[in-house]
Amino acid sequence: MARSVQKSLFTADLIVPAIGDAFRKLNPGELIRNPVMFTTAVVATLLTMLLVVGQDGLATGFKLQLVIWLWLTVLFGTFAEALAEGRGKAQAASLRATKAELTAKRLKGDDKAFEAVPASALRVGDVVLVETGDLIPSDGEVVAGVASVNEAAITGESAPVIREAGGDRSAVTAGTRVISDEIRVQVTVNPGQGFLDRMIALVEGAERQKTPNEIALTLLLVGLTIIFLIAVGTIPAFASYAGGGIPVAILAALLITLIPTTIAALLSAIGIAGMDRLVRFNVLAKSGRAVEAAGDVDVLLLDKTGTITVGDRQATEFRPVGGQSMPVLSEAALLASLADETPEGRSIVALAREKFARTTAELPAGAEIIPFTAQTRISGVNIAGSVIQKGAVDSVLKANPEAQTTAAATELRRITDEIARAGGTPLAVAKDGQLLGAIFLKDIVKAGIRERFGELRAMGIRTVMITGDNPLTAAAIAAEAGVDDFLAQATPEDKLELIRKEQQGGRLVAMCGDGTNDAPALAQADVGVAMNTGTQAAREAGNMVDLDSDPTKLIEVVGLGKQLLMTRGALTTFSVANDVAKYFAIIPAMFIVLYPGLGVLNIMGLTSPESAILSAIIFNALIIPLLVPLALKGVTYRPMGAGPLLARNLAVYGLGGLVAPFIGIKLIDLAVGGLGLV
Amino acid sequence: MTFQGWFLIIAFIAILLLLCKPVGQWLFALYEGRRTPLHLVLGPVETGFYRLSGIDPKEEQGWRRYAVHMLIFNATLLLFTYAILRLQGALPLNPRGFDGVSEHLAFNTAISFTANTNWQSYGGESTMSNLSQMLGLTIHNFLSAATGIALAFALFRGFARRSAATIGNFWADMTRITLYLLLPLCVAIAIFYIASGVPQTLAGSVDVTTLEGVKQTLALGPVASQEAIKMLGTNGGGFFNANSAHPFENPTALTNLVQMLSIFLIGVGLTWTFGRAVGNTRQGWAILAAMMTLFLAGTAIVYWQEAAGNPILHQLGAMGGNMEGKEVRFGIAASSLFSVVTTAASCGAVNAMHDSFTALGGLIPLFNMQLGEVVIGGVGAGIYGFLLFAILAIFVAGLMVGRTPEYVGKKIEAREVKLAVLAIAVLPLVILGFTAIASVTEAGLAGPLNKGPHGFSEILYAFTSAVANNGSAFAGLTANTPFYNGMLGVAMWIGRFFIIVPMLAIAGGLAAKKYTPATAGSFPTAGLLWTGLLIGIVLIVGGLTFLPSLALGPIADHLAMINGQLF
Repeated sequence: MARSVQKSLFTADLIVPAIGDAFRKLNPGELIRNPVMFTTAVVATLLTMLLVVGQDGLATGFKLQLVIWLWLTVLFGTFAEALAEGRGKAQAASLRATKAELTAKRLKGDDKAFEAVPASALRVGDVVLVETGDLIPSDGEVVAGVASVNEAAITGESAPVIREAGGDRSAVTAGTRVISDEIRVQVTVNPGQGFLDRMIALVEGAERQKTPNEIALTLLLVGLTIIFLIAVGTIPAFASYAGGGIPVAILAALLITLIPTTIAALLSAIGIAGMDRLVRFNVLAKSGRAVEAAGDVDVLLLDKTGTITVGDRQATEFRPVGGQSMPVLSEAALLASLADETPEGRSIVALAREKFARTTAELPAGAEIIPFTAQTRISGVNIAGSVIQKGAVDSVLKANPEAQTTAAATELRRITDEIARAGGTPLAVAKDGQLLGAIFLKDIVKAGIRERFGELRAMGIRTVMITGDNPLTAAAIAAEAGVDDFLAQATPEDKLELIRKEQQGGRLVAMCGDGTNDAPALAQADVGVAMNTGTQAAREAGNMVDLDSDPTKLIEVVGLGKQLLMTRGALTTFSVANDVAKYFAIIPAMFIVLYPGLGVLNIMGLTSPESAILSAIIFNALIIPLLVPLALKGVTYRPMGAGPLLARNLAVYGLGGLVAPFIGIKLIDLAVGGLGLV
Repeated sequence: MTFQGWFLIIAFIAILLLLCKPVGQWLFALYEGRRTPLHLVLGPVETGFYRLSGIDPKEEQGWRRYAVHMLIFNATLLLFTYAILRLQGALPLNPRGFDGVSEHLAFNTAISFTANTNWQSYGGESTMSNLSQMLGLTIHNFLSAATGIALAFALFRGFARRSAATIGNFWADMTRITLYLLLPLCVAIAIFYIASGVPQTLAGSVDVTTLEGVKQTLALGPVASQEAIKMLGTNGGGFFNANSAHPFENPTALTNLVQMLSIFLIGVGLTWTFGRAVGNTRQGWAILAAMMTLFLAGTAIVYWQEAAGNPILHQLGAMGGNMEGKEVRFGIAASSLFSVVTTAASCGAVNAMHDSFTALGGLIPLFNMQLGEVVIGGVGAGIYGFLLFAILAIFVAGLMVGRTPEYVGKKIEAREVKLAVLAIAVLPLVILGFTAIASVTEAGLAGPLNKGPHGFSEILYAFTSAVANNGSAFAGLTANTPFYNGMLGVAMWIGRFFIIVPMLAIAGGLAAKKYTPATAGSFPTAGLLWTGLLIGIVLIVGGLTFLPSLALGPIADHLAMINGQLF
């Protein structure tokens, strides 16, 4: 996260190339992708030609200014898109830079012989050797070996991570560096199809696919354009009835101010900037559709560990049983944990020392450590024939059959239940076949997570905690964290089933995951965020990849998706609301020769008809660059219910859109008069 | 403006609000195909009708099939009426011996009645035989109204059904609506009219000697029965040329109130039915609130302008409100209210001459129609037109709260937006396009009676009325010419069916979608904010387009009046 260099919006190195691109984007083939701006360009072209041949009684200087402002309207639109692209490209370029000149050691057959080839020559299925100090040449999967890899180039996190064959940590990303050992990597993408490449394509306007919502909005804008074409196109006939004519230049001015040029000019910039914000956030989306879907999410599936609770459980209490004393239990727990390097083990040692004043610093000489195995699920220590065991309650009882029927066992079981109900995990401690008591390992819910879930609830999003814990423990943690629901003892199949069920109910589901067994659920979810540390299968199945591998980010991704849609909505409303003032500027100016009485509609008191028309068209053009920062940054998004949110946005962009042009046009009119432009 | 005037307006709205739910419930029973108390008597008629025509009312239709059957049905009726009008001279029940109707008039009239417009380029009592009136025209008053309601039902089903392939059965909808709603209500209302003095006879006319000793022929006919369905079905085609201003059509203040109420009755009830169909009656009330706000605003403006009168006449010593073209027995308030009701609801019946209204008083009826007849609107057509605007409103609202928009549980996506825009764009295209043609062609310019902006208003009003399927006339326009009959006929056809087909396509698409449950993140479409947004969208999308034409018509007219110039 820390990596993102927050480029300010208007630095010279972004603006200068954007200006060049703005002109390049006047190419009709590209302009036609945006029908409203295309219409504007056609009208501008027409007027430019009329400038030379037309005879309509209008002053040439006035017409020339109209033509210039019309072209500027188009250029401001292409500039906005170019600027957004420039920012996105700059972002992507820093990711891409390392990748460009990579060479790969492609293995021939099975032996160690390899040939050096450029990374661009690699194809899916090739196996490359990556040794200490090498950059990984392509996205792929480790097929042999284990290595520590520095992924700072893409995540900004300098601590190396382990990548190894098999298991859930086998995926590697191009551009990251192996800092110890060597691995063999099977290439999983062809050049140009890696995550970075896809991301870069999403921020480049020309190749960008329009998202479903963008298509719908474009249709609405085209519809409005057609409606206003009809409204303006019929005016000459009406004017002829009234015994006059309206110059084409003035009709053109009315048309361009009425059609929704503002939103149309900024539409693709908004989309690009939305993707770009995600990249800055270190999340790569595979499609714009996924980002939009994130805004629509109804249900969030969150893994307990690492998302809701801090990854490691902490020992918080010792509970002796069978009349054992606290010092005996705490000392035994300490001894059993001294060699245990897991966070839980360390937390037991810390608890014993800090709260119970145990001072034993290390195991006596000759002590034999009993390692944890998946079979016994018990660890401990054998000190001169005295065996201390520590492990899951069931396992410890199983290992000590003679203790199972004692009163201490009954007490232990009761305490076990208590701990589970309180959201903790119990560990039993036994010494030489005798039960000593339990250790209360507590899941620590992340600070502030409850409030986050509260916000999500206000936004209408339900949170479901996924955990392998038993239902009792899960319920307690769920209550503490404030999630709406939980799925306990969850298997990957359960997860998939839950997603399907929610989707059948018409809800959109988001989840994150990293393991290969998460892949089906990631693919099924509407928004699947794969952790970058996860397997290649998981990264392929999800539609976003989080480079920081921080599952909490899912919540922010939802916010970004909503912000993208809201920015479009706000600017559309603003654009359409603007039309009222423009009508009041142009209609009296246009018709005053036919019916002088219509002068009373000139409520802004604009100086002259020419000045009114010019002011409206200047406002219409200038509002585009003025709104570029908003389009690129996105409107402010605060998590709240839809009702208040709409009320707020309507007040700002609807009402603002009604009022702003009245003021703006009046001011421009004063300036136009002051400068003597007409 | 007087206290009595406002009392009438408030009482009118209060009665409607009281009637909304019961009417809505009755309509909902028909929508669901449930049994009503009337099934006891009319049930056998319904089943007999199905058996006779080989229709299985339970056989569901997809939107394409529903649309095709609806179109075939309407086209057949159109040809039928055209034939009757052309041949009326040779057909019975023609006591005054009228000849066949001219080609262009028959074309215009047949479309007009099929499209629930009832634009009349003719004077009924001097052109149409009783057979033409009863069989050729009145039949449409029922069936075009039933078609509108059936189509609204189809759209409701689109919103209400989940992952469904069908939107109902056109024939079953038509039969139930006609049999259990329109016929019984009309019988009741017709009896009330007869009791109030409206003629109901097959006799042609009576000759009387007036008090002044002049011989006069009074045209008579089956007026009461036509009057009932004319209002209830928002048809508006009067038996007499003077329509509801004629004392035989609308004799008393009470019949006047009943006429106004019956224009809105079904349209208002359908908003409740919609809410019930989608499982939340507040959705219906929100729509009704938006419609009623627009209606009340329009009524207030007309009443204010008409009561204020004409300043030029005031200078000449004729004080008071504008009584030109109004019946004294109704007065200004009832005439103003009637004009807004009839234009808001696509009815087109008139009890005063809109042409004689003050300029701004005449602007509101015009504007009501230009919004696409969605303020209550024509039976069925009003609500389905309004829902098209609702789709656009929810799309913008949804974007503004950061979600793919959903309305009553259905996601509104590119297809819905495209079709809604398509349907909504038909209105300005035809209204403005045809008005433009008429204002530059010789045949078109021959029509208007007046000069200047008022004459322009007359042309604009005629095409607006036709496309919006209202049928009211601004008068002053000589419309019974090949040019106007032809152009207006085409305009009426497009205005009806070019909106219906995309609307049914939306219904079909929505029905197929799955249901998205509302969350705190989805925008609530049952509150004040939504009502306000709906009004805003209707005004901006529906209204802004017409501003230039209104500026050159009624607004220029009004400003000229202030400056002491009359047209």
